[in-house]
Amino acid sequence: MNAQSTDIATYNFAYLDEQTKRMIRRAILKGIAIPGYQVPFASREMPMPYGWGTGGVQVTASIIGPDDVLKVIDQGADDTTNAVSIRAFFKKVAKVDVTTETARATIIQTRHRIPEQPLTASQVLVFQVPIPEPLRFLEPRETETRKMHALEEYGLMHVKLYEDIAKHGRIATTYAYPVKVEGRYVMDPSPTPKFDNPKMHRSPALQLFGAGREKRIYAVPPFTDVVSLDFEDHPFEVQTFDQPCALCGAENVYLDEVILDDHGGHMFVCSDTDHCEKRQADGQHGHLAPETHSASGKMEPVE
Amino acid sequence: MTDEPLLRVSALSKFYGSRVGCENVTFDLWPGEVLAVVGESGSGKTTLLNCLSTRLLPSSGTASYRMRDGQRRELYRMSEAERRFLMRTDWGFVHQNPADGLRMTVSAGANVGERLMAVGDRHYGRIRATAVDWLSRVEIDDDRIDDEPRAFSGGMRQRLQIARNLVTGPRLVFMDEPTGGLDVSVQARLLDLLRGLVTDLGLAAIVVTHDLAVARLLSQRMMVMKDGRVVESGLTDRVLDDPRAPYTQLLVSSILQV
Amino acid sequence: MATPLVVSDVAKSFTMHLRDGVTLPVVKGVSFSIRAGECAVLGGPSGAGKSSILKMLYGNYAVDEGQIIVQHGGGLIDLASASPRTVLSVRRHTIGYVSQFLRTVPRVSALDVVAEPLVERGEDRETARAKARALLAQLNLPEKLWALPPATFSGGEQQRVNIARGFITEHPILLLDEPTASLDARNRDVVVELIDAKKTAGVALLGIFHDLDVRDAVADRVIDVTAFAAGKIAA
Repeated sequence: MNAQSTDIATYNFAYLDEQTKRMIRRAILKGIAIPGYQVPFASREMPMPYGWGTGGVQVTASIIGPDDVLKVIDQGADDTTNAVSIRAFFKKVAKVDVTTETARATIIQTRHRIPEQPLTASQVLVFQVPIPEPLRFLEPRETETRKMHALEEYGLMHVKLYEDIAKHGRIATTYAYPVKVEGRYVMDPSPTPKFDNPKMHRSPALQLFGAGREKRIYAVPPFTDVVSLDFEDHPFEVQTFDQPCALCGAENVYLDEVILDDHGGHMFVCSDTDHCEKRQADGQHGHLAPETHSASGKMEPVE
Repeated sequence: MTDEPLLRVSALSKFYGSRVGCENVTFDLWPGEVLAVVGESGSGKTTLLNCLSTRLLPSSGTASYRMRDGQRRELYRMSEAERRFLMRTDWGFVHQNPADGLRMTVSAGANVGERLMAVGDRHYGRIRATAVDWLSRVEIDDDRIDDEPRAFSGGMRQRLQIARNLVTGPRLVFMDEPTGGLDVSVQARLLDLLRGLVTDLGLAAIVVTHDLAVARLLSQRMMVMKDGRVVESGLTDRVLDDPRAPYTQLLVSSILQV
Repeated sequence: MATPLVVSDVAKSFTMHLRDGVTLPVVKGVSFSIRAGECAVLGGPSGAGKSSILKMLYGNYAVDEGQIIVQHGGGLIDLASASPRTVLSVRRHTIGYVSQFLRTVPRVSALDVVAEPLVERGEDRETARAKARALLAQLNLPEKLWALPPATFSGGEQQRVNIARGFITEHPILLLDEPTASLDARNRDVVVELIDAKKTAGVALLGIFHDLDVRDAVADRVIDVTAFAAGKIAA
């Protein structure tokens, strides 16, 4: 009430009212207490459409403090619309410091990637989740999927993987690859590439998942077992790339294909832009790195 | 023959409000025995089947089942987790409409393999080999293994449903009008298949049907139900050849002769 | 000589609930026994209740009164009051039955129809089939028919399949309901041979034979069913 007298555009800290943050924090705590379990919560309307990270934003808003440093990535990149606008949002409503540097961030909100640089115990990774229920595509009834989680009936998850092998000769699921958390709940790691699944296993960072439209929050506490489901004769494997990043020369990182022209020209570059820029600044170069590349870290992939 | 019944049902009743679903049903079922439950629509036979298979909880009465370890367990005192485990290992349920018992959007092979995966089989090659074997046992060509049941005829779907149920070697199978809605020629093939499987595997089965010919072909014993009550029971050929209850006489006399 | 089957004071009637509960008495006071190695024949005109008696002895018809004592599994049981499960066990191990008509099952070959009772008693399928082949050959059923389901066979062919099915097992009691009705002379003689073999093996046989030649050839004794008439004759 009083706040309005000082500044027309004052928001409550981090946009959400305190009661809502309390409610969400409770859901987060419950999620941490039961790793991989989807906790229902009263998802609020946010000033952005569903599908743009309303779940992740609510989780971030509930855990962020004035001293936090926020990084937001969308498919690994800090400079896409979604990432830029969410960063701007928190800059405005929480007045927090923001960064693109993985190492400097205390909270990293992500859409569909885990940074290449290993996270630390002082960091929290917040995932934006479109559909939290890994069983959903095989079992449409929510009552039934909840029961299946409760009774640990996860045969159906392997049916999906079986179908992959039957159709493609291997497990062709490359993203949203189901994992079992702490030997109990099967969880959808959100549509991250399965390349990132091993990074979740025993990660020192707290990992939180928010699904705004589906009104679910779940969590993987630090140092928790996260095991990708597989068959004995078709073990889990991550994607491999037969060439390094065209700009920074990095190997064993997740690459995006970038189309260069209308004549089939393309290159593979790091999906994690911060990681790529760091390497280039450190003097690492791929075969398509611009000769005039400056130490500023700015990337100009397309001439 | 063992001396202990597999399933022991005592004074089972199910009421829907003041209406009777089934009332005071008592019987024993021994291993390898096929019991037909006949009666017209609304006679309570499906309610009974659903109670026995624990898909419904009865209003009163008890049913006990001899588990694989020889222990008798009260069905309605088991936890839901135990019942569901029983349902996908030691029991089968064949629905009249295969779409109710199959996953229509996953392949035939995965439909058969699901129960194996549910009980922890994690070897793709083995699961697939078992699926191939079962498809051939229900007379589905193995080149259809990766097709979805949506692409199957009604008879094939029903056979697939049977394979899906039998893959874990259940000892008791519930069947709700297993041949309903099929052409007679398809029916005959399915009945013959069921008969063979039941004999070869020593399955006990409870088959709900309104078709007395199906009852005669598949079952050794039958119960005739009317208005939720069992009006006559006994050896199948005795009940059909020497019906005693007025209603059974009516049923038997209503069969069309070919 | 052992007496595996004793029938005492058995009565049977049909209550027709669809005809205002009219009761049709069939037989009453039925009493006789069959010794091992003997073939008794039920005699009397059509409708006297011969078939009904046979069906009661097989548990196919319910019994209103009286006892049917059968030597089964080392003890005596009363078939008239036995549970369905006991009746099934008796049928599997003690009493065989050759009916007048073959009830065919779609898609099962004649050979397997014949072999089935042995398989049900635990014989392995190939041994059972070998015995079935021998019997079908003895009954002159053309070999090309063996692999076919009998539904489309002629009456005589079906009857021979039926006889083979009834004779393949070693039940100590065998009931025969006009097994020779639609057979030619040559095959009737085969049936007579089969019955003689059963007698030699100590089987107690009870049959209905309208064919007088066969009856005279096999019967050690005729049981006159008219003595058990229960007034009105069954339809």
